[in-house]
Amino acid sequence: MSELTNFTLAEARDAVRNKTVSSVELTRAFIGAVEAARPLNAFITETPERALEMAAASDARIAKGEGGALEGLPVAIKDLFCTKGVRTTAGSNILSNFIPPYESTVSQNLWDAGAVMLGKTNMDEFAMGSSNETSHFGPVFNPHRSRGSNANLVPGGSSGGSAAAVSGSLCLAATGTDTGGSIRQPAAVAGIVGLKPTYGRCSRYGTVAFASSLDQAGPMTKTVRDAAIFLRAMASVDPKDSTSVDLPVPDYEAGLDDGVKGLRVGIPKEYRIDGAPPEIDALWAEGVEWLKRQGAEIVDVSLPHTKYALPTYYIVAPAEASSNLARYDGVRFGHRAQGARDITDLYEKSRAEGFGKEVQRRILIGTYVLSSGYYDAYYIRAQKLRSLIAQDFTEAYKKCDVLLTPATPGPAFAVGSKTADPVAMYLNDVFTVTVNLAGLPGLAVPAGLTADGLPLGLQIIGRAFDEATVLRAGRALEIAANFNAKPAEWWKA
Amino acid sequence: MSVQPKLLKGQTGDWEIVIGMEVHAQVLSNSKLFSGASTAFGAEPNSQVSFVDAGMPGMLPVINKKCVEQAVRTGLGLKAEINRTSIFDRKNYFYPDLPTGYQISQYQNPIVGEGEVFIDLAGGESLRVGIERLHLEQDAGKSLHDQHPDSSYVDLNRAGVALMEIVTKPHMRSSEQAAAFLRKLRAIVRYLGTCDGNMDEGSMRADVNVSVCPAGGYEQFRVTGDFKHLGTRCEIKNVNSMRFIAQAVEYEARRQVDVIEGGGTIKQETRLFDARAGETRSMRSKEEAHDYRYFPDPDLLPLVLDDAWIEEIRASLPELPDEKKARFESLGLSAYDASVLVAERETADYFEAMLAAGAEAKQAANWLNNEYFGRLNKAGLTLAEGPISAEANSAIVQMVASDVISGKIAKDLCDIVWSEGGDPRVLVEERGLRQVTDTSAIEQAVDAVIASNPDKVEEVKAKPKLAGWFVGQVMKQTGGKANPAAVNAILKARLGLPEEG
Repeated sequence: MSELTNFTLAEARDAVRNKTVSSVELTRAFIGAVEAARPLNAFITETPERALEMAAASDARIAKGEGGALEGLPVAIKDLFCTKGVRTTAGSNILSNFIPPYESTVSQNLWDAGAVMLGKTNMDEFAMGSSNETSHFGPVFNPHRSRGSNANLVPGGSSGGSAAAVSGSLCLAATGTDTGGSIRQPAAVAGIVGLKPTYGRCSRYGTVAFASSLDQAGPMTKTVRDAAIFLRAMASVDPKDSTSVDLPVPDYEAGLDDGVKGLRVGIPKEYRIDGAPPEIDALWAEGVEWLKRQGAEIVDVSLPHTKYALPTYYIVAPAEASSNLARYDGVRFGHRAQGARDITDLYEKSRAEGFGKEVQRRILIGTYVLSSGYYDAYYIRAQKLRSLIAQDFTEAYKKCDVLLTPATPGPAFAVGSKTADPVAMYLNDVFTVTVNLAGLPGLAVPAGLTADGLPLGLQIIGRAFDEATVLRAGRALEIAANFNAKPAEWWKA
Repeated sequence: MSVQPKLLKGQTGDWEIVIGMEVHAQVLSNSKLFSGASTAFGAEPNSQVSFVDAGMPGMLPVINKKCVEQAVRTGLGLKAEINRTSIFDRKNYFYPDLPTGYQISQYQNPIVGEGEVFIDLAGGESLRVGIERLHLEQDAGKSLHDQHPDSSYVDLNRAGVALMEIVTKPHMRSSEQAAAFLRKLRAIVRYLGTCDGNMDEGSMRADVNVSVCPAGGYEQFRVTGDFKHLGTRCEIKNVNSMRFIAQAVEYEARRQVDVIEGGGTIKQETRLFDARAGETRSMRSKEEAHDYRYFPDPDLLPLVLDDAWIEEIRASLPELPDEKKARFESLGLSAYDASVLVAERETADYFEAMLAAGAEAKQAANWLNNEYFGRLNKAGLTLAEGPISAEANSAIVQMVASDVISGKIAKDLCDIVWSEGGDPRVLVEERGLRQVTDTSAIEQAVDAVIASNPDKVEEVKAKPKLAGWFVGQVMKQTGGKANPAAVNAILKARLGLPEEG
């Protein structure tokens, strides 16, 4: 059975298509893996019965010679995507009993392609966090541990459950969302592939909003090929999301192995930061060599406003969040405090009980920066910086086709080690937020290990809607890195 | 603007009233501004609520093109500038009838810019009221406090319905002008078909900004554009009938004068009009005002309008009250008659249908204004509910004009058509109502009356005013069908009375 869970998405797809394995067999194997991995706390809600029903339906379609691109393939869904009839919590107490009467467009696209839902993965509350420790449903543990250590490490965040589920072979692929790095950072520290597509590539309809102008759904998979397959199924223009973009979704898998010969790869000097572990810079240099050796042209570029990216992000994202999260008021759905004296008391109690500390912090920051008298000093200036940051990329892309950067400033860290210092936590996204602010695609590819055996990733950043080139460059990195570190399945003990 | 302002007498001197308005007009559309839910009035509570309207997690607004078109149409009707790019912002505040915790509105970049409305003043003058802007926004739901002893309920049917907020410049100077403005605005949007103007159902609601300044202050403001010449304004919320506007303005202006003359100062605040008490009461001061934390809604792209589309809408605009009034005047109507007829699109359409059926404009207008509208009024019926078609009324007017019937018979005929229906031309023949213009028949009747009333003949020679009695007798004899002019002429000749007298 363990062989089945070791399949990549592409391998499983071919096996199911060729009927060498049935979807029900495959699904049972993953249901078993999910159950066995409960110590990881990767799932908030497991849906084994539904998975088996979907698998049986897939097998029936395959028997009739029908079936979509992901027919019969068990996947996990971040608990930020609303799933009709299945509890959707956003990792928050305020939605701990929320069962949506509708399906998100991204998950619907997956079901339409034949995918099978194993369950809903754990995440930082409302996607606010970089370690999955802000979840109301408890932290997720990274399947990887330092060599010779039993200490639990974080899987990154906010898509920590999805990262752990893919890394621990609990599913073939998982959806993530990325507002400032929430796909790429956990992917990097859990040793998997994570792609944040261009803003507008995947519909946001039915995905619980954190920061609307930055949120973007994307694939978290074992391989770059799997990311290409999964993204194609997730992406669509959507009349229900005005910010989704009406461009054809290409077959990303088609040109994946075309190589990087002649591709101009930019190396932004601002991504070399003081205090980063030497392993990060070393891996980055190695990545440069790998691509150069495969025929890429390396170009030095500058993204001069990079240093403003984190402060800009921590104004824009909380501002939007403070407004997006106003609907959780205890009136219509979600947690409602008992014994409220009046409506204001109901709001205050419901929200105080329903939201965790980090969410409250960001709501306060967001409310502050939008307040009259502060709006110009914070929000307007942040918007200007955002334009400048986007402009940096436009300039850089005059000289290159993609950028190569580290994915994170370090490997997975110990659970509890950064929770007391929000700013230290925020620094995890230093290499990823710029991409969200500019609305560009970014891909994290596992590329190496620390001396302690912990995964590290590299990031390829591309032009808007040029995921195909990003994936092609990522595939070249993947080949050269030959990353094959599998976590010891310590949770099965 | 040469109109003399109405002055308010105070103890220290004369005061002028300055009024600006913010009117919320519900857009006529089948579905809401950002969702597909129905906008029909009077449905079961919460039966017209989509997931978007209810602010469910992950739901996103999608602009309804029809509502945008209606806003542009209204803007064009207000002779306003249409902004090619406008932006939707979020206005953040917590309230149970506001499911998302923010209202989607337009703050700094509205869809429609400056425009104008002309209102008719007594004495035939006209006043230009400048329009500052028009923007699109969502309506909120409704809290129901009378359904349960200790809970409030919320009805979200109205949540998300499109409103146009139309803001005027402070160009009105009396409660009458404010009411006249609202009536005119209502007529315009009803002509345009962009709002039904139904104030009872809340589809048009007005907030009135009132301030007072010493006499002459407004003129200085008008010349310099400097608001310091005006007093501090108070916003009176939700004045929902024409009558209340007049009451609210009168009360509020007097209150402000009393405060100032009593040594106090006016605080900028929002006040609520209490229709039962006929007074305004403080709701919240400027200091207590919400900080709405406006910012551009990241779920919506800027609204960019195409010139060709705007021109298409412009080309489809109906003739509006001002143009229609001018055209009616050119047909010979008095300014007053024309303004009565154009006040409602239905009335103007009815009048025009009478003309199309052959009636002459002035005669049709007189008949409607002096006869038919009075009947409708008495019966408490609207024009649409009235029993006589424009074609039938046109026939009656035409028969009077061509001496087929007398004015008196016309009224009788109107009674018959009103209660029994039928084609007036057929009725005239069937019931023998045709006017007698045959002089020999009239002469016979006159002679008969003179012959049988020799005493009266003597009296009338002394008192020519008694001739009316003879007319009545002759009309009686002829069943009212004799042409009154012919009767008069023959009587005078036979009785030897002077031509005029």
